[in-house]
Amino acid sequence: MAELLKIQGLKTQFFTSAGTVKAVDGVTYDVDQGETVAVVGESGCGKSVTALSIMRLVAEPAGRVVDGKILFQDQDLLQLSEEEMRKVRGNNIAMVFQEPMTSLNPVLTIGLQLKETVQQHLGVDDATAQARAIELLGLVGMSDAERRLEQYPHHLSGGMRQRVMIAIALSCEPKLIIADEPTTALDVTIQAQILELMKNLTRELDVAMIIITHNLGVVARYADRVNVMYAGKIIESGTAEDIYHDPKHPYTLALLKSVPRLDHPRGAKLDPVDGQPPDLARLDDGCSFRPRCRYADDGCAKSFPPTEHIDGIHYSACFKKDELERPFKEAS
Amino acid sequence: MSAVEETASASAAQQMDFLQVNDLRMYFPVTEGILIQRKVAEVKAVDGISFSMHKGETLGLVGESGCGKTTTGRCILQLEKITSGQIRYDGNDVTAFNKAEMSAYRQDVQVIFQDPFSSLNPRMKIGEILAEPMRVHKIITNKQDRDKRVMELLNICGLSTRFADRYPHEMSGGQRQRVGIARALSVDPKFIVCDEAVSALDVSIQAQVINLLEDLREEFGLTYLFISHDLSVVRHICHRVAVMYLGKMVELADCDELFDNPIHPYTRALLDAVPIPDPTIEAARAHKIVTGEIPSPMNPPPGCVFHPRCSLAVDGCKQGVPEFREVKPNHWVACTEV
Repeated sequence: MAELLKIQGLKTQFFTSAGTVKAVDGVTYDVDQGETVAVVGESGCGKSVTALSIMRLVAEPAGRVVDGKILFQDQDLLQLSEEEMRKVRGNNIAMVFQEPMTSLNPVLTIGLQLKETVQQHLGVDDATAQARAIELLGLVGMSDAERRLEQYPHHLSGGMRQRVMIAIALSCEPKLIIADEPTTALDVTIQAQILELMKNLTRELDVAMIIITHNLGVVARYADRVNVMYAGKIIESGTAEDIYHDPKHPYTLALLKSVPRLDHPRGAKLDPVDGQPPDLARLDDGCSFRPRCRYADDGCAKSFPPTEHIDGIHYSACFKKDELERPFKEAS
Repeated sequence: MSAVEETASASAAQQMDFLQVNDLRMYFPVTEGILIQRKVAEVKAVDGISFSMHKGETLGLVGESGCGKTTTGRCILQLEKITSGQIRYDGNDVTAFNKAEMSAYRQDVQVIFQDPFSSLNPRMKIGEILAEPMRVHKIITNKQDRDKRVMELLNICGLSTRFADRYPHEMSGGQRQRVGIARALSVDPKFIVCDEAVSALDVSIQAQVINLLEDLREEFGLTYLFISHDLSVVRHICHRVAVMYLGKMVELADCDELFDNPIHPYTRALLDAVPIPDPTIEAARAHKIVTGEIPSPMNPPPGCVFHPRCSLAVDGCKQGVPEFREVKPNHWVACTEV
């Protein structure tokens, strides 16, 4: 498959009074055309900032992309002028945010917000935009589209609002959608509906998707390729099978062992990671997971482990990757 | 088995009904008008639910937003004046308590809230937050002893004693949730309502807090009402699980029974919707996704409240409200079509 997006050595930092926060610290990954790539990690690991960096939406002047390349169809987005970047946003790369409550404008109708995007980017007249808006709402499974266009966001439930967000994201036929925790605020049955919708639409329209989430279940169900982030770095990447069945980083292993599962019987003891994620303003040269790692020794403090190839597309950044146990002893 | 656990299970046999909820209803009025307020509608947040709890058990209350699970918890805590029904604690009617009895009840029954950011007073130090309940309930009147107990509580909840002198904003979400737990424990409660107590936490921190809650239950013989929307967590921590939908209880069974043999179509839909963190299992699962959205509790559908979204629904479901019946020993379901 053709490569659509290549992120190389991306570094985004925030310059605060408490010091320089290395929110994204040398992130490299690729997205192929039509592929669903997941970025998993806990709060503050830099997964959202990576997405904002791709869209060039990092809040300046506090935050800045200090190094790296973001190649979208072989064009470095970081070198574009603001004017050129505006054409990329929406047209080529669209974003779906977590909060459907706050990402729609409460004083404008759904129709206006949908049509605005279409007209801005495609420069069509009002009637064409209207027709496109109706078509889009149908696409995301909203019945009674004409009436919906007259409604305001507060008339809609959370799930419906997220459908509208997806419709807006799809409106200019982008090649890549970045979905930042698209279902975290939704109920489980609605979450399943939205994720299924996104999967089907990306497949039908051949759109690639970067899905940013902390939910390991969602990743297992929908992602082709998984990147696990910790403290601003991708510490392991591979296919979903690699990550879930043969993790080669202690953090990935710890995550899998600490999440309660629906298919595990009651009372199976959880094995949480001790301690807390590190302060991103106070990182040293060693492995950032070292203080919480059961496998760490003195060598881990000296330098950050290089990302090494394991097999296929499976990579891990750990000195101890060959000493790890299996996540579950094929019990179930 | 520890000594505490033994006494807990022994008294559980005598005290099958530690907490009893009978036909609980909580309707919130919807009013119109500014000066003269008229009641124009009712939100039936909880609409006739009954269950009982044993001492030392954890009962999970699951369901989606607006199903009434939190309101049920608030009714038990007496934070709402219930519309009708009965809540019996240790055999006594909670709504008939006088001031002294209510004070004792409030000491026995504690709550841990979801949001560790808004449930702690930002202007109070952690030490003060933990000491306040003991002062209010006059459990420890001497300040020195109280401070000692604060240190003890911090230790029990896995926090460094240094935190006593800090403010909530200096702590992470997981640490604050531990403070919330320590505060609930400060008055030696018997029963704790955990309202989405681990939902706001990251996975690795969530597992730490779940383990802490389980250890505390064993150590102090606590009883939990565990309110959550996260079925995986509920399966992990609860002895019995009740599923709610739109103010009604639709299924109640022992934990493993409910998850292994769900009967009500809503419970099944709910379980189908939860992804399992294993790509092989996920690929093999049939994803039957329930369509439609949760109706408004202001205007619930007639008959069985789930019938508009139900795949098994027949005409009869639109009229009669299905009875909550015991289909297997200890397995209760409100559905006529199973």
